[in-house]
Amino acid sequence: MAHFEKANSLNEWLDQRLGVNTLQRVLAKEYWIPKDINFLWAMGMVLAITFGILLISGIFLLMYYQPNVDLAFDSVNYTIMQEVGFGWMWRHVHAVAASVVFLIIYIHMFTGIYYGSYKKGRELIWISGMLLFVAFSAEAFSGYMLPWGQMSYWAGMVITNLFSMGSLEFNGLVEWIRGDYVPAQAFLDRFFMLHVLLIPVAIMALIGLHFGALRLPHVNNQNGEEIDFEEEAAKYKSGNKAASKVIAFANDFMSKDMFVVAVYLVFFFYLVFWNFEFAMDPVNFDPANGLVTPAHIYPEWYFLWSYEILRPFDKNIGLIAFAFAQVIFILLPFLDRSPNTVPANRRGLFKYWFWAMLLDMIVLTAMGKLPPQGIFSTIGYVAALVFIGLWLILPIITKLEKKL
Amino acid sequence: MNQTRRGFMGKAFGAVAGVGAVGALYAMKRSWDPLPSVKAAGFTTIDISACAENKLIVEKWRGKPIFVLRKTAEMVAKQDEAETARDVIVDGNHYLIAIGLCTHLGCIPAYREAKTDFKCACHGGEFDSSGINTKAPPPSPLVIPPFKINGTTLVLGESGPEYTKMKEAGIVA
Repeated sequence: MAHFEKANSLNEWLDQRLGVNTLQRVLAKEYWIPKDINFLWAMGMVLAITFGILLISGIFLLMYYQPNVDLAFDSVNYTIMQEVGFGWMWRHVHAVAASVVFLIIYIHMFTGIYYGSYKKGRELIWISGMLLFVAFSAEAFSGYMLPWGQMSYWAGMVITNLFSMGSLEFNGLVEWIRGDYVPAQAFLDRFFMLHVLLIPVAIMALIGLHFGALRLPHVNNQNGEEIDFEEEAAKYKSGNKAASKVIAFANDFMSKDMFVVAVYLVFFFYLVFWNFEFAMDPVNFDPANGLVTPAHIYPEWYFLWSYEILRPFDKNIGLIAFAFAQVIFILLPFLDRSPNTVPANRRGLFKYWFWAMLLDMIVLTAMGKLPPQGIFSTIGYVAALVFIGLWLILPIITKLEKKL
Repeated sequence: MNQTRRGFMGKAFGAVAGVGAVGALYAMKRSWDPLPSVKAAGFTTIDISACAENKLIVEKWRGKPIFVLRKTAEMVAKQDEAETARDVIVDGNHYLIAIGLCTHLGCIPAYREAKTDFKCACHGGEFDSSGINTKAPPPSPLVIPPFKINGTTLVLGESGPEYTKMKEAGIVA
């Protein structure tokens, strides 16, 4: 039995039993954030808040949703949309957040790439971040199945078909994933389970890893400057906050973080209440029908770039290119051979690589939405080749980079 | 002595946990398998002896429409070799058996008895009475599903020798 003194306050009582003061010190009051940052450093908090919004709106949708092929469509489009008080709001919040979360993820990712925030001790932050991207993609796909409309059904058909691995014809694997020859009851039930339990649990675990991986290397700054955090923290704690290069995570940095979050939420709720249609594909308002294929099957905007890498090639080469696109970002810390951790604009050829990659992904996204005909099909093909080419030359151009 | 005992305990623990883990993984894999009822529903038996000549019958197999068409002697006589190779012959009668989805984008083509061909309303594709594409956009013939001839009935979902021969000749898809 350890020795306990009588506590004089609730805080002291909790501190004796949970070490709350130590936790607060390590995670907030003495977790140092560089001053030399900008609003892009708030995207992590924006993502955390958006995930929270998805969780809360999802809980309310879960109370009325029916994971049954005969009932699912009406439980969403009639019960939740028409009968449940503010059900329409939870659905629009959930759909808009699911779309916008990818916009923020891409901004967060490209911020990391631009400032080199995946190097010198920050590799695990990048890797856990890319695993989060994979988990969010799986979460978005499984959620898209649930309204059981035409796009749900046919997207489910097409995406699960990818696991037949082209000419390898692993049809048994596809049927195993579906639990049936075509997407049906077993398919809807298991993707429901994945969407509301297994993948969210994995996401929360990965968020824990992502935050944990950040604590020791600390966040990067606008100049990639190596900061002596102990020395700067000492200045801050001695009261010389102006001379210190760092501020405390809470409440200093959090207050600025939450300001960006507030601006974002104004934009977010503007979308939810006045412009939610972009997150609601009209084709998905027809109930699933295995005997009628929609004229065009296309994914949501955030998957278009990788879809366009799959599309212009032959079946097998397309699958290989697609698989390449899915995994290659995770290897970035090892493909970038340069020792420099500075913004891309000071990194010679990498500066052009960064903007070429960003532009190429925008082109791929645009072409993925357009029908694969004539000039669009050619542009898409070239953009897909450019994507692969850029990754192949990355180790070479970064190796040639002068050490700063 | 102590070390060997610890080593033994460690190995015994690892072995039991390993067997348990493999067993659990196997159970999980099996739980994701298609159910017996789903598998049973994956085989459709159709009696084709009752089909009238030049009248299209549409059956359903694994959620897809299946075309069954008994050809007239006249239609058979006019066919070329490639077309006849796709015929399913039962009791001397020639049948078209195919998945009734246009190979362009999956619409269901309609049968025109007078012209003895299929016309897809979506994008104007046409197929002859053997399911071979005769007018673009469909890129390939209608797909022949796995079948097994059983007297005068057909079991869809099972590969009989006639299907295997077609598959080897590369004409089923």
